[in-house]
Amino acid sequence: MSTRLRYAYYPGCSGLGTSKEYDTSTRAVCQALGMELVDIPDWSCCGSSPAHTVDHRLSSALAGRNLALAEMLEDVRAIITPCPSCLTNLKTAAVRIRKPEFAAEVNRLLDKPVRNTLPVKSVLQAIIEDVGVDAVRPKVFKWLTGLKLAPYYGCIMNRPPEIMEFDDHENPVAMDQLMEAVGAEPVAFPLKVECCGASYGVARRDIVQTLSGKLLDMAALNGADAMVTACPLCQMNLDLRQDQINSANKTSHNMPVFYFTQLLGLALGIGEKDLGLSKLCVSPKALLDSLEARAERKAG
Amino acid sequence: MNVISLTASRDLDFIARVEKESGQKVSLCYQCGNCTAGCPYTFVYDIPVHQVMRLLQAGQKQTLLSCRSIWLCATCQSCTTRCPNNIDVAHVMDTLRHMARREGQDTEYGVKSFVDSFLESVEKNGRAFEMGLLVSFIMKTGRFWTDVDLAPKILPKGKLSPLPHKVKNPAAIAKIFERFRQEGHK
Ligand code: SF4
Ligand code: SF4
Repeated sequence: MSTRLRYAYYPGCSGLGTSKEYDTSTRAVCQALGMELVDIPDWSCCGSSPAHTVDHRLSSALAGRNLALAEMLEDVRAIITPCPSCLTNLKTAAVRIRKPEFAAEVNRLLDKPVRNTLPVKSVLQAIIEDVGVDAVRPKVFKWLTGLKLAPYYGCIMNRPPEIMEFDDHENPVAMDQLMEAVGAEPVAFPLKVECCGASYGVARRDIVQTLSGKLLDMAALNGADAMVTACPLCQMNLDLRQDQINSANKTSHNMPVFYFTQLLGLALGIGEKDLGLSKLCVSPKALLDSLEARAERKAG
Repeated sequence: MNVISLTASRDLDFIARVEKESGQKVSLCYQCGNCTAGCPYTFVYDIPVHQVMRLLQAGQKQTLLSCRSIWLCATCQSCTTRCPNNIDVAHVMDTLRHMARREGQDTEYGVKSFVDSFLESVEKNGRAFEMGLLVSFIMKTGRFWTDVDLAPKILPKGKLSPLPHKVKNPAAIAKIFERFRQEGHK
């Protein structure tokens, strides 16, 4: 394995659209932390959850094509992706392909067989394990002192533990640690791994309204100023659909929902263009301004 | 309460097929209810997940393949993670949905249409194309007002591309789907 922090990067389809700001902030943060990302050449969709609801061989082939392309890159230590849904597909395919009969079935669907030579990790895992929280602290340019955050990991980043092999499956702490390292304050959030309603927003909006509604209620109840996420789908349900949720549940949440890379980037002094804070639907402007004011008062 | 006559309706072949396709041993379930306790979707299910497991042990093919729960399961992995007998319950749910699909059963029309729209988009472009996916879903279901209230929120953010970000060689991905169909997976 390479000693350099060089990775095969899988951006995922939503990174080209609804979670653009997650992709750009991820790239900028990784660069600031000395991680080199090489995009998997001509990567394609991993199949997301629709593929595995149709057939596991199809799903593993769609993910497997990307594993095989990544294996052609030289001197990379792992495949990393910011999106937990892509992560699950890539990891599940990699684990299942360890069985030769299953690998044979999947490879029959592919032009280029998967050799399964590289570990697959989330960007979050790579930052925690390969860079380390202690290496982040000295790079802080602006402390996020006083920012109270509900850290929400979503259902599949850490589950099932036999496949995901990272952090705790009931009470993950990776994002908590990173946010603490840059001066923010994670609040208790017992719904860290509960489902937000996943991709049912379109077909069954009522489901997202109920499940994401609970998450917003709990975050507010525990005194969070904002939520911090690592998943494009969770972020979209909580942020873009917050008004739908409010009107369905008769609530009045106005809770910014950040990607952890946006906040990390803010602390590391990365510019607005890469962070894409203006792309969030619930504007974090008032919150961030009040944070500045708080910090100034403290300094003065 | 429903009374099931096991001698008349127990489909042993069905149990064996689910076990083979999912790689899970259905008889291990001792009905502790942990899966249902943690399942965030119980409120929309017609059959809670521990009962799906019980009906499976009883070989109740028709009841299971026509239930709504198998279409609404989000594969959140709570059941799988918390089952004391290490049954991959989510895999069982997935397997039942695969079978229902193959048999042409579809109790949650919108959910199936969404999945189909998504995969069509991937087959055509190599990547999921969000705008196209939404349009295709609307065409399939006739639900013209789907998320129309979100348009003024999302459009000015410049995140939704009106054109797909195709891969260089979409035919390579279309071929995966083609081979999959040719193999006629059962
Ligand atoms: S958690 Fe496992 S053993 Fe308990 S009811 Fe569910 S499937 Fe059965
Ligand atoms: S995977 Fe499906 S059945 Fe299991 S807990 Fe999640 S939604 Fe419920």
